[in-house]
Amino acid sequence: MTATSLEAPPSKRFSLGGLLKTRELGIVLALTLLVAYTAIDNSRFLSGQSIRDNLLNTAILAVMATGQAIVVITRNIDLSVGSVLGISAFAVATLMSNNQDLPMIVALLAGLAIGAVAGLVNGVLVRYGKVPALVVTLGTLYIYRGITYSWAGGSQVNADELPRHFLTFANDSILGVPWLVLIALVVIAAGSVMMRNYRIGRELYAIGSSPPAAELAGIKVARNLLTAFVLSGALAGLAGVLYAARFGTVDAAAGNGMELNVVAAVVVGGVAVFGGSGSVWGAALGALLLTVIGSALAVLDINQFWQQAIVGALIILAICADRLVAVRIARSLRKRDAHV
Amino acid sequence: MAEANARPRLEVHDVTKSFGAVAAVQGVSFPLYPGEAHALVGENGAGKSTIVKMLAGVHRPDTGTLRVDGADVDFAGPADAKAAGIAVIYQEPTLFPDLSVAENIAIGNQPLTRLRQIDRKEMTANAERLFRRLGVPLDPSRPARGLSIADQQLVEIAKALSAEARVLIMDEPTAALSAVEVERLFAVVRSLRDEGAAIMFISHRFEEITALCERVTIMRDGKHVATELVADLSVDDMIRRMVGRDLSALFPKQDVEPGEVVLEVDGLSREGVFKDISFSVRAGEIVALAGLVGAGRSEVMQAVFGVDPYDSGTVKVHGRRLKGGSPRAAMAAGMALVPEDRRQQGLVMELSIERNVTLPRARKLARLGLLFGGTEREAAETWTRKLQTKLGRLTDAVGTLSGGNQQKVVLAKWLATGPKLLIVDEPTRGIDVGTKAEVHRLMSSLAADGLAVVMVSSELPEVLGMADRILVLREGRIAAQLTRAEATEESVMYAAMGQEVSV
Repeated sequence: MTATSLEAPPSKRFSLGGLLKTRELGIVLALTLLVAYTAIDNSRFLSGQSIRDNLLNTAILAVMATGQAIVVITRNIDLSVGSVLGISAFAVATLMSNNQDLPMIVALLAGLAIGAVAGLVNGVLVRYGKVPALVVTLGTLYIYRGITYSWAGGSQVNADELPRHFLTFANDSILGVPWLVLIALVVIAAGSVMMRNYRIGRELYAIGSSPPAAELAGIKVARNLLTAFVLSGALAGLAGVLYAARFGTVDAAAGNGMELNVVAAVVVGGVAVFGGSGSVWGAALGALLLTVIGSALAVLDINQFWQQAIVGALIILAICADRLVAVRIARSLRKRDAHV
Repeated sequence: MAEANARPRLEVHDVTKSFGAVAAVQGVSFPLYPGEAHALVGENGAGKSTIVKMLAGVHRPDTGTLRVDGADVDFAGPADAKAAGIAVIYQEPTLFPDLSVAENIAIGNQPLTRLRQIDRKEMTANAERLFRRLGVPLDPSRPARGLSIADQQLVEIAKALSAEARVLIMDEPTAALSAVEVERLFAVVRSLRDEGAAIMFISHRFEEITALCERVTIMRDGKHVATELVADLSVDDMIRRMVGRDLSALFPKQDVEPGEVVLEVDGLSREGVFKDISFSVRAGEIVALAGLVGAGRSEVMQAVFGVDPYDSGTVKVHGRRLKGGSPRAAMAAGMALVPEDRRQQGLVMELSIERNVTLPRARKLARLGLLFGGTEREAAETWTRKLQTKLGRLTDAVGTLSGGNQQKVVLAKWLATGPKLLIVDEPTRGIDVGTKAEVHRLMSSLAADGLAVVMVSSELPEVLGMADRILVLREGRIAAQLTRAEATEESVMYAAMGQEVSV
């Protein structure tokens, strides 16, 4: 073949990474503004305790958002995560109150396992039942919650029934970083690296970007989708353990309605609802932003009602921004490389 | 160029594939030799795409075998075909718009670092190397979204190269390309061929086949007609073998003295879709729109009926100008359109047969705004009986009927509105031979009763057997107007493909 001499001109190459990062950058910017404004109003907002509280509150949401982001990137959704958190929290709390000597790691693994099974059920129904994920996980949302209710039968596990080491886990810290936050950071980092740098991650993006093309490209779509749902379920299960450890008192309603916060975090964090783009750490940032908004409004003494309205506005803003950026990118991409 | 006695790289041996009762491919065999480009030609629906999908691992042959380098292979999925060194470039490229071009090329086969992470640097370098080899200045780090069709196809070829494919299958790659882009694509394909790849090339354009290919396999109605050297065949020979079948199916066309002009279309144009379309249809006449898939036949009729907009031109019904873009106005003027895709556009599958038949007239049949079963059933019964629809009960869901009977229900639905002009798009697609003849008889008797009929069809025998006049469309323009006497399979195909009649 005649190797036509051509150098891909670096000057013409715009940094697409830079463009994509604007989404995450936007969240960081919004966060900074919010924190600065609130801190000027009340300097205690930046105190160690306040930051610690915010991070602790974010941790559970961020763990779930990581799993949700992976599922949404494949052009699916997992609405059952709140119920999975509930069933896992109640199961693990019951397990620990009945076996006071079990080490923490067993509790964590039990939570992960329960969640993984719940996620597997979702994945199998979506893939092999050929039912849209929205419908499947809406169904399992009620089923998992129903199981928890019928199991709990109105009872709850109280903090005084739980072993001490389980309760202190939430607040214990290494080098000043609470375990809860550390676990969340590890989950986010692992999720990000998996989605960015490993084949499975790129294949999940590919599936979300164009499902039929993924089949034709010989990607093992079934296996990958099951993995995504199992991960989302397992992380919701893990979040259940963290929830039980943090709040001590667990009843069958734990995590009720939380799936909406999780989806909101993911969407605000820049994961496209139609799959194929976005990032895990963007979703985690979204979780942080939502949590900080909640506490900032409390500090600023603004009616809690506004919190929900603001979250709603943010979601719409995030989606509009995505559309706008997408249209702009599409236009600039069409102009480039029109070299024939 | 391949030596004639070389061992085929890929062999299709006596394969058969049916979908339901329809045999898409029956007993087809041909070899693909290394270093040779092999054309696969046939009419629309001859089974070419089915062959492609079997080679790609999407479909499994019912009987027969595929052989790669002399050994039988059985593809469980596209991954297996890829692993066997077969790369397929579909008519519609299949890239991931959100991923970068480099990732698209490497997907499933990314270079890894020691930690089994993806080596992005190496991946980008690979893509750059491939683009240099192909001689195209594409940026590997840009996303695939927004690439032109031509560039997308080049990325697909780069993908095939990176997988070191030894067989490259291209399903009408040139359909959407300009002449310059086609030339660039061919340069790349030729150099691949000269490096020893086996190429299979599907196209409707004969000048491309003679320019690129050494060997050609001709298919007709899912059957293998011939595999010959291109040099031994003239374009005329190829066309004749593609279409050359006896008009054995009887077309019960009744001769009718055409009446007054019902439809007049003048200078109808829609940017990028069709241009300057003018024709008229008289009462009692059947006019067929023929041409290749994508020539704009259905689009013209959709615009006439008002489903799609048009930019300029006029549509007149009984001498009165019809408002564009309004199916309601078209229906009021006495037009009816039986669409190509029954499931999507013609029927509501879950509703009962009677409901479907009376749907366009529901308002007229209603009393005080409510529909009562009686009038509905009566109307439905009259028409389904006239059309000899085979059904259990009128209250059964339409989805339970066979394809042919569904088509009759669609016809009944529109005939019940008492139209003056009937437009039918692919009236007999996916229908068995017996029902086909019934639909034909029906259309013929409707025309005899004074209905004006416009028929869009890809099936030449149907066009030749049924139509009083034939309009052949090519690339959005009318390429020829033929009377029943002038029309032969060859003349229609020549016009549709843009070849001069040289017989």
